[in-house]
Amino acid sequence: MIASPPTAARVVPQARRRRPPRLRWAEWFLERAIFVVSLSAILMVLLIFAFVGREALPVILGKTNNARSQRPIAVTQISTVPPDRLAKYLGVTTAELRSYDADTIRTLVELKAEELKQTVNPDTRFNTTSWRMMFYPYQWQGYDKPEYIWQPVSVVPKYNIVPLIIGSLKATLVALIVSVPLGVGAAIYVSQLAKPKVREIIKPVIELLSGIPSVVLGFFALIVMASTLQAMFGYASRLNAFVAGIALGLTVIPVIFTISEDALTSVPPSYSQAALALGAARWQVAWQIVLPAALPGVFAACVLGFGRAIGETMVVLMASGNATIVSASIFDSCRTLTATIAAELAEVVFGGNHYRILFLLGAMLFVVTFVTNFIGDVVVHRLKVQLEGRG
Amino acid sequence: MKRRLALILAVGLGAVTTHAASITVKGSDTMVILGQKWAEVYMKSHPGTTVQVTGGGSGTGIAALLNGTTDICDASRSMKPSEIADFVKKFRTRPREYKMCLDALSVYVNESNPVNQLNFSQLKAIFTGQITNWKNVGGPDGPVSLYGRENSSGTYEFFKEHVLNGRDFAAATKTMPGTAAVIEAVARDAGGIGYGGIAYGEGVKLLKVSRADGDQAIQPNAENVFNGTYPITRYLYNYVAPAVDTGGVADYITWCRSNEGQAVVKVIGYFPLPKNQRR
Repeated sequence: MIASPPTAARVVPQARRRRPPRLRWAEWFLERAIFVVSLSAILMVLLIFAFVGREALPVILGKTNNARSQRPIAVTQISTVPPDRLAKYLGVTTAELRSYDADTIRTLVELKAEELKQTVNPDTRFNTTSWRMMFYPYQWQGYDKPEYIWQPVSVVPKYNIVPLIIGSLKATLVALIVSVPLGVGAAIYVSQLAKPKVREIIKPVIELLSGIPSVVLGFFALIVMASTLQAMFGYASRLNAFVAGIALGLTVIPVIFTISEDALTSVPPSYSQAALALGAARWQVAWQIVLPAALPGVFAACVLGFGRAIGETMVVLMASGNATIVSASIFDSCRTLTATIAAELAEVVFGGNHYRILFLLGAMLFVVTFVTNFIGDVVVHRLKVQLEGRG
Repeated sequence: MKRRLALILAVGLGAVTTHAASITVKGSDTMVILGQKWAEVYMKSHPGTTVQVTGGGSGTGIAALLNGTTDICDASRSMKPSEIADFVKKFRTRPREYKMCLDALSVYVNESNPVNQLNFSQLKAIFTGQITNWKNVGGPDGPVSLYGRENSSGTYEFFKEHVLNGRDFAAATKTMPGTAAVIEAVARDAGGIGYGGIAYGEGVKLLKVSRADGDQAIQPNAENVFNGTYPITRYLYNYVAPAVDTGGVADYITWCRSNEGQAVVKVIGYFPLPKNQRR
């Protein structure tokens, strides 16, 4: 700053002083607004998790109980039963019971007796919403051996989530087997070997894959891919984890491609230039120098691809056949966690056991995708720091 | 600006008032086509009334009735005691039940399958997973591929209660998002078997069904549903809260159950109520 004569300094800044502060004020305001917007994203994530977690909490803590060992209360006995016992019997609070008139209570007692009469199955005495019943096989009435059964709408609702977890993992595994070699291979080609002109065509086209609505992809898999693949491989079940996994792979390829390509490009050119100067071929440079240097980034791409695949809904809902089988074969139908939530949440009674268990599935998915995204981000970040620090 | 605001307000109010004069129907996917045809014909003869029909499954419709988000609930099964109890707890009275028409579930197999008839115990064994090869029921040597509906569907529950006696479907049953999807899948799968309404039964073979082993197997068709010989029949229902069952809603239900409404039932491919049950 150059000091100006005191008189001029007093006159000019007065006129100017009004403008810059106003601009700064607007800037300050804009900055805060953007900050609030970005903060709201974090808040949203927290709110969603809090909501999903809250709905699932009673199941997680083992506070739900659907065991029914009650003996029916006859209509004539209503006056002799203590109110708190009657309220518990009808599944309402004592305060709610007090607000009912005699006719309503009578109707409810009749309906409860009717409901109890229908449940002659001895398995009704179990609480099928316990962790044990959700993870361990059990020999239900009418079954030949202990099995993992997901039958949430039944005389005895069976909430074993093992078939769903296996279904999700099966479809995801197939998707990764398809998409990792293709996605990483394409990334190596585009970032290291392709001519600039070819790169400019291939890159946007692969990224365009992520723009296909998953319902369209699912429909394509259901109508075209399912029949074609069955004719090619000759397996028994037309809709299965294999078909769903391949369609799912198409949604995952852009994720893996984009992130691996990013990682490969961020390897400093000095690495490859040094190798080329020593007489290495281009593919040798790509395979032996650049890929190893970017390996953590490629790994992160695969982890993020896993997160994307396990959370995808529409494709698996349409193409997997949705049968709740526990089997190791990828040519059997499978039912994923996401498809189960999508297919069943619309009809459940709000606040019921089925509803809470579906939310538990949602919470599990949320945790899995959160962890995979977190790992992916951390790895990518570290790689960038490492490469840029050295380069 | 003020004028524009007033205009928006007026349009908004208009939308609200027309909404108040409309009837919403929600529930069974089996009844969506029928419900929409009823609504279409009714609105033609009763200008000023709008009827909105959406599906989602009987369970969805009953949940909507409990939550008060629909006037009429379409259901392809009767309400369970526990569902009625939930209704009573909320509204202090039982919901009103109306039988709307008859439906028969049919069992489909692929057109190339030589099996023409099955009895209840065979159907039960097939759909619970005890019979897994067609040769056990007189067909060719090949695996049985099961197709069914999501557990929110009234068709699912009706078949489970009526044919499987409450036993669970085999875990290997592939669940499809609608009867049309079941038919599509069975039509493409040589070993496929599925179930659904007769109204949808084109492109696949409908099996004759007998109740017991020695009985004559009955073809699913209108005549046999009317005379009561076809064994897998059911009523399709409407449920309404008594407080809502007045004015336009009551008129609409009465019309559907009249001769005029029952004529529509026939067009869609379901079976009209017997004459003595009509209004």
